[in-house]
Amino acid sequence: MLKTFPKGGVHPPENKISSGVPIEAMPLPEQVIIPVNQHLGAPAEAVVEKGETVKAGQIIARSKGFVSANIHSSVSGKVLKVDKMPDASGYKQTSVVINVEGDEWLETVDRSKELKKNISLSGEEIIKKCAENGIVGMGGATFPSHVKLSIPQGKKCDVLIINGVECEPYLTSDHRLMIEKPEELLTGTSLLMKALGVNRAFIGIENNKKDAIDKLKGLASSYDGISIHALKVKYPQGAEKQLIKALINREVPSGGLPVDVGTVVHNAGTAFAVYEAVQKNKPLVERVVTVSGKGLDKTLNLLARIGTPVSKLIEYAGGLPESTAKVVNGGPMMGKALGSLEVPVTKGTSGIIIFRDEESRRKEKGPCIRCARCISVCPMGLEPYLLMTLTEKELYERAEKDRIMDCMECGSCSFTCPANRPLLDYIRLGKAYVGKIIRERKQK
Amino acid sequence: MSSVVLITIISLSLLGVIAALILYFVASKFKVYEDPLIDEVEAALPAANCGGCGFAGCRNFAEALVKSDTFEGLSCPVGGNETMALVAKILGREAPEVEPRVAVVRCNGTPGHRKKTSRYDGELNCTIAHNLYRGETDCQYGCLGLGECVDACDFDAMYMDSKTELPVIIDDKCVACGACVRACPRDIIELRKRARKDRKIFVSCVNKDKGGPARKACAVACIGCGKCQEVCNFDAITIENNLAFIDSDKCKLCRKCEPVCPTGAILEINFPPRKSEQTKEAEKAEA
Repeated sequence: MLKTFPKGGVHPPENKISSGVPIEAMPLPEQVIIPVNQHLGAPAEAVVEKGETVKAGQIIARSKGFVSANIHSSVSGKVLKVDKMPDASGYKQTSVVINVEGDEWLETVDRSKELKKNISLSGEEIIKKCAENGIVGMGGATFPSHVKLSIPQGKKCDVLIINGVECEPYLTSDHRLMIEKPEELLTGTSLLMKALGVNRAFIGIENNKKDAIDKLKGLASSYDGISIHALKVKYPQGAEKQLIKALINREVPSGGLPVDVGTVVHNAGTAFAVYEAVQKNKPLVERVVTVSGKGLDKTLNLLARIGTPVSKLIEYAGGLPESTAKVVNGGPMMGKALGSLEVPVTKGTSGIIIFRDEESRRKEKGPCIRCARCISVCPMGLEPYLLMTLTEKELYERAEKDRIMDCMECGSCSFTCPANRPLLDYIRLGKAYVGKIIRERKQK
Repeated sequence: MSSVVLITIISLSLLGVIAALILYFVASKFKVYEDPLIDEVEAALPAANCGGCGFAGCRNFAEALVKSDTFEGLSCPVGGNETMALVAKILGREAPEVEPRVAVVRCNGTPGHRKKTSRYDGELNCTIAHNLYRGETDCQYGCLGLGECVDACDFDAMYMDSKTELPVIIDDKCVACGACVRACPRDIIELRKRARKDRKIFVSCVNKDKGGPARKACAVACIGCGKCQEVCNFDAITIENNLAFIDSDKCKLCRKCEPVCPTGAILEINFPPRKSEQTKEAEKAEA
C-alpha cells in the first residue's frame, strides 16, 4: 500500500505529455527582462545602471532585508534600462532589461559538467552560499531558501523532506531533473541536510514517475541517510503540509510552519539549484521550464535563462497554435493565465501550458446544490462553499474563524464542484481581505 | 361552583401582582439610560443606513452626534446641510456648512480609446480581477468595467454604459456617500466639490506610467506633461507620478486647462459650448 495524505484530494487527468522529452538548453534570446522581485519578501534593489556591461552570473540586484533574495544577470551584455516592466500578472515592476551580447560568464562560476560530490563547507557556509546565489524555492512559491534553512531559535528540525511529487498535471520539469541529474540532486540533498544539521532525508515521488524512483533508489544507497519513497498519485500531494503528513505522518498545526513539527521541505529543483550554488558557485540564473499543451506539435522541457520572454519559449516550441485560447504560467491547477506573452520567465516559472478553447473555457456557474463535494475534497479540511458565501456577504470575521487563512489555494474545490461555482476565486478574495484585517490588528 | 370561580380569580390576580412586582424591581435594577435625544436625532436622519458618514448606520451616527460636543468630522452626505441644520436645532448647536460633493469616475478608457489585449473570462468581480492581473487592456490603473461600484451604490445613482464599458454617475441622484469609492479596487472614483449646475473639470485618468507607455495603452491617458499646471492661475493642479490632479476645492472652473491638454485627458462637463475664435472676433468687431 503506497503512502498518501489521508484527507481530501482529487485526481485531475495527468497529461504528462512531455515526461519523455529530455531537457534541452534553450538558445539565448536577444533580450532578457529580469524583475528585481522574483521571490516572496522584500524586492531586491537594482545595483546596475543603464549602459553598464554585465556578465552572466553577476549580481544585478541586492537583497534588502533577511526575507529577500539576490538577483543575478542570466546573460552577458549591456543593460538597456532599469525600468518598470510588466511581470506575469501584467502589473509593472522594476526590472533590469539586458541586451544579450555573447555568452560570457563570471570566472568564479564553475561551468564544467563534472560531478562534485565532496562536501567541504560547513552548514553555515552552505546557507551563506544559498543566500549569496539567490536560491529560492523552485516549486512556485519562491520563498528564499536561506530563510527556510535558518532554523529559528527554540525550534528543532530532525528530518529533511525533498519534494519530487510534481502533482500538477502537464508539468515535468522536476521529473526530468530527477532522471537526468540524479547525482547532483542527491548531493544537493546532502548539502541541505548538512545545512539543517539533520541526518535523515526523505525524497517523496509520486508513483507515476517510476523511472525517476528507480533511478534515485539505485543511487541513494551511496548517500548517507537519504531514502526514496514512492507515493500514491493524488493532487495536491506536492503541498508541503500534505507531503509531510504523507511521508512522516506529522500534522502541521493551523497557522504553523513545517519546522513546528521538526521538518523542512524543499523542492527537488531547489536541491539541484543548491548543488550548483554551493559546489559550482553558480547563481540561480536558469531553470527547467516545461512547455506543453495538447495543441502543440512538440512539447519541451527547456533549460531557459531567467528573464527569457515567454513568447520566445513558445516560438522555440514551434509557435503558438491557432487553436490557442489561453496560456497558463505554471500548472493548470494553480497556475495563472497570462495576459501577454511578452513577460519573462522567473525563478518560479515551472511551466508554460497552452490550452485550446474547449479545455480552457469556464463552464457556466449554477447555484450551490449543497452536495458537500468541496468539503470532502478539501485537503485542509475546510468548508469551501461556506467560505465563499461568507466572503460574498463580507462576513470576514466569521471567515477568519472558519480558518480561511489555512486555504493554500490548491483549487480542488473549484475543480470538483458539479455546479461550477467559482469557489477558489472568492476564497482568494476573502483571504486578501482577512489578511488585511489581521495585518491591521497586528499593527495596533 | 362560585367558590371555584372566586379562587381562580384571586389566585390569578395574586400571580399577576407578584409578576408585576418582580418585573418592576428587575426593570429598575437593570435600567439602561439612553439619551432621548438619540431617538430624536435618528428620526431626523434620512434612515438610508448607507455608511457614508463612516458609521455602520444612522443609529450609530446619531449616538456619535449626541455624544460629541462639536460637529467636526461628522456630516451626513445624504441629507446634506438641511439635515445637519435640523440635527443642530435638536441639539441646540450650530452646524457648519459643508460643501456638497459628488462622485466622479476618473477613467475615460472606452474600447475606442483603450485597445483590448487579452480577454478575461473569470468571475465578474472587480476586486477578483484586480488581484489576478492588470486587466483586459495594457493600462494597469484604469477601470476594469465589471461594475462593483454600481453594485455598491444604494441610491441607484450609477449604471454601466454598455457602449463605453465604464460606470456612469447620475449627478442628481448621487449623495456622495462614498460607497463606490470604497468598492473600487483601483481608487478611480473620487468625491469632488459639487459646483453650480453640476459643472465639472477633472483629469479623467489615474495612469501613473510615464507618458510613452501611458499613451500607448490609452489614447486619452494623462502623460504628466504639466501644461495644465502651467496655465492654472489658482495652484489647483498638482502633478505626481506622471499624473495631473485638479483639486476641486481650489479649482475655479475657469476652463483654461482643458484646451491645453494634448491628450484630452481633462474633461469639461455641463459647460456651455466654447465660443470659437471667429465668433469672438465678430463680437469684438460689433463692440
